[in-house]
Amino acid sequence: MSGITETIKQRVGISGPQAREALLAPLFDYNPVTRFVLGVCSALAVTTSLDTALVMCLAVIVVLSFSNTAISAIRHQIPHSIRIIVQMTVIASLVIVVDQFIKAYAFDMSKSLSVFVGLIITNCIILGRAEAYAMKNPPALSFLDGLGNGLGYSIILISVATIRELFGSGTLLGYTLLPSVNNGGWYYPNGLLLLPPSAFFIIGLLIWALRTWKPEQVEKD
Amino acid sequence: MLHRDSIKKTLLVAFTLCVVASALVTTTTVLLRPIQEKNRLLDRQKNILAVAGLLQTGKSIQELSSRLETRIVDLKSGRFVDIENPGQFDQHDASRHPLPSTAMTPKQDIAKIQRRANHALVYLLRDTTGQIKTIVLPVHGYGLWSTLYGFLALASDTRTVEGLSFYEHADTPGLGGEVDNPRWKALWPGKQVYDEYWQPTIQLVKGGVDPDDPTTKHQIDALSGATLTNHGIENLLRFWLGNDGFAPFLTRLRREGLAG
Repeated sequence: MSGITETIKQRVGISGPQAREALLAPLFDYNPVTRFVLGVCSALAVTTSLDTALVMCLAVIVVLSFSNTAISAIRHQIPHSIRIIVQMTVIASLVIVVDQFIKAYAFDMSKSLSVFVGLIITNCIILGRAEAYAMKNPPALSFLDGLGNGLGYSIILISVATIRELFGSGTLLGYTLLPSVNNGGWYYPNGLLLLPPSAFFIIGLLIWALRTWKPEQVEKD
Repeated sequence: MLHRDSIKKTLLVAFTLCVVASALVTTTTVLLRPIQEKNRLLDRQKNILAVAGLLQTGKSIQELSSRLETRIVDLKSGRFVDIENPGQFDQHDASRHPLPSTAMTPKQDIAKIQRRANHALVYLLRDTTGQIKTIVLPVHGYGLWSTLYGFLALASDTRTVEGLSFYEHADTPGLGGEVDNPRWKALWPGKQVYDEYWQPTIQLVKGGVDPDDPTTKHQIDALSGATLTNHGIENLLRFWLGNDGFAPFLTRLRREGLAG
């Protein structure tokens, strides 16, 4: 058994701790949104309700994992002078594929996500991981890094969307939890939470909370 | 082995990548198109039901659609044309073929559609006595970036709006794209699209609509930050309610009664 794992490690060139690091570090320690403040545009746009946020997270996880893997697999072939263009082509193709799948299997969702799936192409997290990680590491590790960063992005998006939908509309995934006054209940929905600036405040508070929990993330002056 | 940064290698990588990427994208699009097309039609049907006020949760689209009568209207004469299976007629396509459509002169073409199909699908909802209660008319016209396709539902007086909804457009999300906003759509029911001389009169006005003003029955609060989309909507309604649009049909309905 350990012989097999050894062979796998040799074949794909990763060790256990390295893999764990690639997958888990982006969740909290090097979270792309809170640590590097990347991908904020979509975090503002699609977090008014939890269901759109979930579909967006899934799309980003798929694109990021596969773009990292693909770029890493051809990293020794990519000429230096066109490397960003190559990365963008890979990313853009994957985004179109994901967008087509959403249009085919979640049509209503594709309408409410409108351009934001297409805009994953310009999500700095994806190009950032391709350039910073996939160009220097083997495919399996890059896949895990993509998965980890996608999950890190998702943790933030889901937290923000949960707060915004619950207190902004009194619902979660469309189910009423806090019956609003408009529908004969007792809860006065906080309209600010449905507007984009509220996502800024929530992300700011999350960064504050995270850096209080892990003070080593605080930048030195 | 070519050197990684040589010109030959650069061209080779760029070419191979383009071929692989386009093959991937094309295959996905072609394979998924039938499912997407089905979704698109279902969504259009849902929009028709929504403007007619028939949409209910928990009932299937097919079941609800059976309450609507689908007819084809000859736009010039305003008369019904009887063909088999009117549901199969696709106005979207009809306006692209040269035969059954008419080119619009620049003066006529306020909705910027270039050609207009000679026939149009209309959907009628009748009450229990067989009188027409709601008339759903397909409308389209150019906004800012794209043609907006939608449905306008009129009450039996052919003047009062029951609903307006666009099912396909690509105007800027958050600005012109707000035509999809349910709160904006809720402003339409009760408005009047014709004045007392039966001239199409509908305005999208900036700065809100004063409900005490007697002319506000022809006015709608415009979408903010979307001047050209607002113009587009105004123009397309003017076109489709005018003589090149459904005016002959609506006039005939008023003259000949609503039982026909």
